[in-house]
Amino acid sequence: MFTVVSRVVHYGFKNFWRNGWLSTATVAIMVLALLMFVGLLMFGHAADVAATSIQDKIDISAYFNTNTSEDQILSIKQALESLSEVKQVEYISRDKALEIFKEAHKEDSVISQGINELDTNPLEASLNIKAREPDQYASIAQFLDTPNLSQYIDSVSYFENQVVIDRLTAIVKSVERGGLALTVFLALIAGLVVFNTIRIAIYSNREEIGIMRAVGASNFLVRGPSLVEGVMSGVLAAVISLIIVAPMVYVVSPRLKVFIPGLDMLGYFYANIFALFMYQLLFGVGIGVFSSFVAVRRYLKN
Amino acid sequence: MITFQSVSKIYNSHSVALDDVTFEITPGEFVSFTGRSGAGKSTIIKLLIGEDKPTKGRIFFSQYEVNKLSDNELPAFRRHIGVIFQDFRLLPTKNAYENVAFALEVSGRPQKEIQELVPQVLDMVGLGDKFKNLPHELSGGEKQRVAIARAMIHRPEVIIADEPTGNLDPLNTYEIISLLEKINQLGTTVILASHEKEVINALEKRVITLDRGKIIRDDKIGKYILV
Repeated sequence: MFTVVSRVVHYGFKNFWRNGWLSTATVAIMVLALLMFVGLLMFGHAADVAATSIQDKIDISAYFNTNTSEDQILSIKQALESLSEVKQVEYISRDKALEIFKEAHKEDSVISQGINELDTNPLEASLNIKAREPDQYASIAQFLDTPNLSQYIDSVSYFENQVVIDRLTAIVKSVERGGLALTVFLALIAGLVVFNTIRIAIYSNREEIGIMRAVGASNFLVRGPSLVEGVMSGVLAAVISLIIVAPMVYVVSPRLKVFIPGLDMLGYFYANIFALFMYQLLFGVGIGVFSSFVAVRRYLKN
Repeated sequence: MITFQSVSKIYNSHSVALDDVTFEITPGEFVSFTGRSGAGKSTIIKLLIGEDKPTKGRIFFSQYEVNKLSDNELPAFRRHIGVIFQDFRLLPTKNAYENVAFALEVSGRPQKEIQELVPQVLDMVGLGDKFKNLPHELSGGEKQRVAIARAMIHRPEVIIADEPTGNLDPLNTYEIISLLEKINQLGTTVILASHEKEVINALEKRVITLDRGKIIRDDKIGKYILV
């Protein structure tokens, strides 16, 4: 048994080496497929981070008429906090608002001079409200619009930002859904391409397979070498694609951080490098072995 | 040892390859099948080595009922037979030694035994000095001798030769047939399919003549006779 297994492995290596170009093509296509796969995983992560950071930024603010007392505002805050949709409410008093405004415009001498010349504080107190899910802002806005509250409220930023919020919500959702569909679709195509390449490699070995059958080689001995080839292609492709991805992530990661704050691609890559490699190995070896298995079957018929 | 019982092979209603063929071959015999192209010689060989299944009838080989063997049982069965083809069927990327050794490797023999046996057999077929030549560096006769060495290396009970001299000149033909006779004298059953009159007549052994899928003659010491 040991003799047979070692011969199977030996034949596998030899075939792989002898069909050099075909093996190279197989590995290259598998590498492309794996790169796509990894790319989609990374893209998925980026979309996740981007979506969370956008969701974090979404809030609505209710601005109160300047004659509303602080007690009234705080009781409204309490009412809001009791709503299940509300994650957090932040109260910004008129003084605080002025402070923030001054801080934001301290570089701009015209504005800061102008505000200092006013003898009353023109800014309104506000409540910044964050919902648990982006699609809950509509109902919070509705709550604020009830007559006993709206009498104190000058404006609600939601109605100004509504279009933007809705659009962002839609984009985040469709990116997540589209990414998944694209991953499945591309994995399917990659699988088909690799399957065909391996079939061609085995077709070019059919003469040898025929002779093996004629001299009484067992099915295991006929099938084994191509399975070994499949495994080799898979392992090689996984290693090569990792070697390609690593420096790319290293270069791209700081640039991505500019577009999507809070996205640390390099950190994500390092943290998941083992799992990523296992995924690739599983995908590469799986498709290699499956293709070899199916492709050789037809030559074992007689 | 080998028995065909009312074997028919019908590819479709217009082409009947074998029509109710019955014969028996005893151990140590040298039997030639002859007849025109399409008479059924190759079909008999295909059925005998399990490459194809008969439409009707039963085929026995020692303890095996060949027509009932599954794909998984065929390899073990084939190791009882050595087959020689008209087109040699050598692996083009392996040299003479490796081509012969291959037959032993696939049947799982240890390396040491292979290294001992292969040179002996190559010597026997007269290629002791051409171990390292690739098939394209050998003449037709030499290639066929490598194929014979490969067929007999695992000491099969039967050697089956399907038109082994079809691609060879008369001198090489004579040498190959002499080699088959020698193998037969050493006790191996030999089955030869050939349409060459000179080959059949020179042998003076049992001849089964086929015509349109039927056996028309079966002579103990036969000649190539077609009416």
